[in-house]
Parts: sequence; structure tokens; C-alpha cells
Amino acid sequence: MNLDWRWLDRNTGHLATLVGQHALLAVVPVLVALVVALPLGHLLFRTGRAAGPLLAVLRVVSSIPALALFVTVPLVLPPHQILDPLNVAVALTVHGVALLVRSVVDGLRSVPDPVRQSASAAGFGWFGRLVRVELPLAMPAVFAGLRVVTMSNIALVSVAALVGSGALGQLFQQAYTTRAFTPLVAGLVLSVALALLADAVILLVRRGTLPWARGQRA
Amino acid sequence: MNVFAYLQDPAHWSGPGLIPELLLQHLAYTAAAVLVAAAVAVPLGIAIGHTGRGSALVTGLSAGARALPSLGLVFLAVMLLGTGPGDVVLVLVLAVLALPPVLTAVVTGVAGADRAAVHAARAMGMTGGQVVSRVEWPLALPRVVTGLRSATLQVVATATLAAFASGGGLGQLLVRGQAQRDYPQMFAGALLLAALAVALDLLLSGLGRLAARRARPRSRTSPALVATPA
Repeated sequence: MNLDWRWLDRNTGHLATLVGQHALLAVVPVLVALVVALPLGHLLFRTGRAAGPLLAVLRVVSSIPALALFVTVPLVLPPHQILDPLNVAVALTVHGVALLVRSVVDGLRSVPDPVRQSASAAGFGWFGRLVRVELPLAMPAVFAGLRVVTMSNIALVSVAALVGSGALGQLFQQAYTTRAFTPLVAGLVLSVALALLADAVILLVRRGTLPWARGQRA
Repeated sequence: MNVFAYLQDPAHWSGPGLIPELLLQHLAYTAAAVLVAAAVAVPLGIAIGHTGRGSALVTGLSAGARALPSLGLVFLAVMLLGTGPGDVVLVLVLAVLALPPVLTAVVTGVAGADRAAVHAARAMGMTGGQVVSRVEWPLALPRVVTGLRSATLQVVATATLAAFASGGGLGQLLVRGQAQRDYPQMFAGALLLAALAVALDLLLSGLGRLAARRARPRSRTSPALVATPA
């Protein structure tokens, strides 16, 4: 297995574009999923017992392999193209919502009742209590979910190369069809580096926004 | 376009390279990979969890392993070694991907067994082996089953990639469907894959509930005997 350094030299620009695409395809779905999962998770948490079956449905959704979603999404989206990156983004968003809602519900459930009652006694309305007391206490669980979803999204985007647009995954396909190791190794290294970088960013944000949770395991 | 056309054609439900054979192949890859992973992870995880040495390292490494793009690994292994006799290389790659979740589950399960129960077992004169087999392992079992479940789901999904590296399994329907521009065939592959994953998920979560019930039988049968935590 010999690496062709000249190939790397010639393709630096191309690799940078792929990394950018990869980051976009992986991270935008996580952010959209978070925006959807926070209110949805809160709603489920408030329904109490009824949340059980709904969470079970979400777990079933999250157990569906991403590749199956990549192939199925074009059916439900108006633009009927299987090679559209939008399919990948939508599929990963669905996956992300299914996983993150669970984290939000777990987080909200971890808030002790006395804390909730003290907040009400201190004069917080339901919204103030939610935003200033319950959500901050739920965030460690949400961050743990975010880390899992982000990492697995970055690994999954490559798989999308098999059905069209997979950013760094294209390198794997190209390498396999031409039996060239250099693009494959470059893709592996860049993908892992991107995942570790994203994880570090999430940990930094967590540290900045939840200074009191420092030292707690994410 | 009738997207169910491929699934509805009875001709696709028997014969070599068609739905039943591909399903069985997919299941065989999955079962073999998870078994190999469990055979390595269970003894190793028990040793690490029981002694407590290196458990932080294991959980850290396992979290990092999520960053590995499975497609790249599958292609790399097949380019270096071929698919091997009976696709053994593919199974081994899948087993490598299944290892971290099982190992983490065993380590955290065994290390997280109720300390009071472990101390009580020691005080009763149990040997290290007895503490593991009679106390720590039964208490860890629910978490181990959860780990096996997530490993299985990951392997079922990744086994699809085998077909793209000249292996078999349900991925064949995606490969062929794409080559023949036959969307119903691809859709059939996606639907069968999703159904298989969901079925295995339900099966293993049922087993998990069973294990959880066995891990704390008293709280089920006679709640009065269990002291309420202060």
C-alpha cells in the first residue's frame, strides 16, 4: 500500500471542497434536528405517560438504516431525483430528530421535582421555568445526544456516496473502482479528523454554555 | 411508477440472488459478525469491568470508533485482502465495527453492578469468579443486551455495504437496481433492509426487557420487600 503524495498535492483544492460539503451535509441536519427536537421533546415530556408509545415509534424510526432512508426519501419529496444531496440532508435530519427527542425527554426527566417546585415558588412562570431552569438542567443529556448524532452523521454521509452525493464518500468509491489507496486513505483521515473536530467544538460549546456542568461526563 | 412492483412480482421471491437468499445472506453476515464481536468483547469486557483497569480508555476509544466511516473501512479491507473465502473478510470488518458498542456495554455493565451486592457477595466468601458469574454478570446483562442491540443495528446497516464490495446481502438489490436504473428494485432493497432492522430491534429490545426483569426479580414479585430509597 503506497501513498501517492503527488495525487494529494494535485487534489488539495478538490479535497477542501469535499470536506466543506461533508461538514455541511452532516452538520446542517443536526442543527435542524435540534431545533425540531427541543419543542417536540418538551411536548412529549409534558404528555407524561402517553410519551411511551411515541418514544417507541421514534426508536423504531432511529433503528432504520440511513442507507434505506436515503433511497426512500425521494419518494416523499417533491423533486423526484435520487441523486439530490437534499435527500441525504432530509434523511439525516429525520434520523437526528428521532435520536435527539429521546435525549431531550431524558434530560427533562432528569430534573428533580423539588427543583421544579422551587422554581415555581420563586415566581417563575411555566415558560421562564422551562427556559431558565429546566432546559439548562436538561442540556447535559442533550449535548450527549448531539455528540452521538454529529459523529454518526459524519460517518454516514460517506455512505450516501453509494446512492449519489456523499462528499468524502466519493473518494472511497473512486478509490475502490480504480484500486487506488491514496484517495481512500485521504478520505478516511479527513472524515475522522472532521468528526473529532466537530466533537471538540461541541465540547467547547458545552463548556462555555454550561460552566456548572464541567467535569460531569457528557 | 409502482414502487412496489419489484416486491410484488412472485418471480423475485425464489431463486439464486433473489429476495430470500439475499435476506438469509444478510442475516448470516449480521449474526456471524455480532457473534465474533461478542466472543471477543464479553471475556475482555468482564476482565476490564471486574478489575476496573482501563475502563476509561475503553469507553473513550469506543466513543471515538463512532467516527470511523464504515464505507471506507469495508473498501479498505476488501482492497487489501479481498472478500476472502465465504466472505470472511467482510464478516471480520463488520465484527470490528460491532466490537466497541458491545465492549462498552459489558465494561460499564460489570463495573456498574451494585457495589453493595458485590461487597455482600465477597463477604459471603465468594471467589472472584463466583462474584462475576453470580452477581456482576446477571446485573450487567440488561446493559449487555442493549449493547448487543446497538451493535446488531449497526451491523445490519453496514452489511448492506458488502454488496458494493462484491459481497452479497440485501445491498445487492441496491447495486443492481442502480445499475439497471430500476428504482422499484432499489426501493425493495431499502424496504427489506428497514424491515429487517426494525424486526431485529424489536426482538432484541424484548430480550432486553426480559433480562432487566431477571436482574431485579424481587421488585416485580413483592415490592414490599424492597426498601424505598431515602
